[in-house]
Amino acid sequence: MFISPFYILFAIFGLYPMLLSFYLSFTRWKGVGDMEFAGLVNFRLIPIDRVFWQSMMNGVILFLLYVPIMLFLALALAVILNSGKIKGFRIFRTIIFLPFITNMVAAGFSFRILLEKQHGLINMLLRIFGIPTIPWLESIWWARVSLSLLIIWAWLGYNMVIMLAGLQTIDRDFTEAAMVDGATPIQAFFKITVPLMRPVILFCLITSTIGSFGLFPEVTTLTGGGPVNATITPLVRIYGVAFNSYQFGYASALAYAFFAMIFLLTVIQFRLNREQV
Amino acid sequence: MKRKILKNLQKGSGTIFLYLVLISISVFMVLPFIWMLSTSFKFPPDIFGYPPQFIPRNFTWNNYIYVFQEKNLTRILFNTLTISTLSTLLSLFFTSMGGYGFAKFEFPMKKMLFSLLLATLIIPGAVMMVPTFVIMREFGWVDTFLPLIVPGAANAFGIFFFRQYISTINDELMDAARVDGASEFMIFIRIIMPVISPGMISLGLIFFMASWNNFLGPLIYLKSPSNWTITLAINAMTGGAGLTAWGEQMAMSVVSLIPLLIIFLVFQKRFAEGITAGAVKG
Repeated sequence: MFISPFYILFAIFGLYPMLLSFYLSFTRWKGVGDMEFAGLVNFRLIPIDRVFWQSMMNGVILFLLYVPIMLFLALALAVILNSGKIKGFRIFRTIIFLPFITNMVAAGFSFRILLEKQHGLINMLLRIFGIPTIPWLESIWWARVSLSLLIIWAWLGYNMVIMLAGLQTIDRDFTEAAMVDGATPIQAFFKITVPLMRPVILFCLITSTIGSFGLFPEVTTLTGGGPVNATITPLVRIYGVAFNSYQFGYASALAYAFFAMIFLLTVIQFRLNREQV
Repeated sequence: MKRKILKNLQKGSGTIFLYLVLISISVFMVLPFIWMLSTSFKFPPDIFGYPPQFIPRNFTWNNYIYVFQEKNLTRILFNTLTISTLSTLLSLFFTSMGGYGFAKFEFPMKKMLFSLLLATLIIPGAVMMVPTFVIMREFGWVDTFLPLIVPGAANAFGIFFFRQYISTINDELMDAARVDGASEFMIFIRIIMPVISPGMISLGLIFFMASWNNFLGPLIYLKSPSNWTITLAINAMTGGAGLTAWGEQMAMSVVSLIPLLIIFLVFQKRFAEGITAGAVKG
């Protein structure tokens, strides 16, 4: 009785769309007019969709660019803040977390102003110090770096807060005992804290994996997907196919292919993690 | 003695190093906000002027006046607030009720329904985007706030959150009320709701923030400018190459941050609870 209203809603906005999407992926449909059953045509198009594969590749590249740095920094910051040696613990935590509550449209555009090629603040500062300016948004790799910077900026605090909560479940005696036995803080960090924090790190890893393929406002505001599609993500591609070219059938097929690949990636991460333990 | 001094020195420099790390990261975090704020008070020639000005030499409120008078920002803020508030309340109500059902009642196919819910957690939004749009169009809900309010009520994460929360409540309280003849709905309102209200605040803050900052949803559904939310409005300030009104855009961005900033600073602890609830326990 209590879950019935929820389930009616869930059936309409959860279950039905999922099934409809599956059906749509076998049709050719412009969104209006007749739906034409197309069999596997849409799925045959996927292997030759270069923009889509580029976007998947970009997801992987972005992941490699920002996730290791971000998670390392998040854990290191959490350990520093958790050590009890830092005055102003709350202020630092608040400042580092603040970007997380910022909408990515505002953030993306303010990064764009900062990183402007000729007169952006960052390049002006570089010039003052005699360092050659950087084409932050104009070159393929720098655009990816810029996007990574934006993501680290936005998500470092979130991951840090989760790591902090994880650290609080670990007995501090472990690391202290190791230090008494002569381990340096850095040894204690890698040999004790990191292994004990493994489940929490895995959680952050998986959310970041899914996140890097599903970036949307970050991309459209900062780089617009360019240069030459170097920063386009699968979600941006699927949105474009659906709402710019109105290929609803093909967009649904792409979405399912995307889902299958993300699912596989998540399973692989779980497996790898289990084997290493 | 000498060794002790050396050790203290080492310890001191270690702590200084830690502060340096924290301070440089904090600068990285704060810089975009400061530049956003500074740009929003500048005249166009100063925005990309050399040398960079952190505090504008020619200070102006023009950008703010412009976005409120010419870009209807009051209306846009009202739209965003309406959508965020209604979707948060609706989601909280339905997911807490659903969570209660899963925590305290037995019913046919409970296990299967629960796994189905689990499955929806891993399905990316990209899969739901097109079919949900098709359904909303059938309902005639495109260009209304409803597509941004109603589907949130079927939020699986909320169900998990509340199921966990409610299963820790002792059954005796409920049984006693039942003996006294209270209806199930009254039990939910009078007994369950007060106990889970801290959790409701935590999760509500997350829902509210997600809705306030949502960009893709409004982009798909809200067509007419009078229905826009704040993220769409900021986005629309971009013109073609070199035509963007940066000062005005940053003024709007600053305004978009203020409500969440206030809420966050007031409820900081609850906020962190909402975020970590799913992560650490799982």
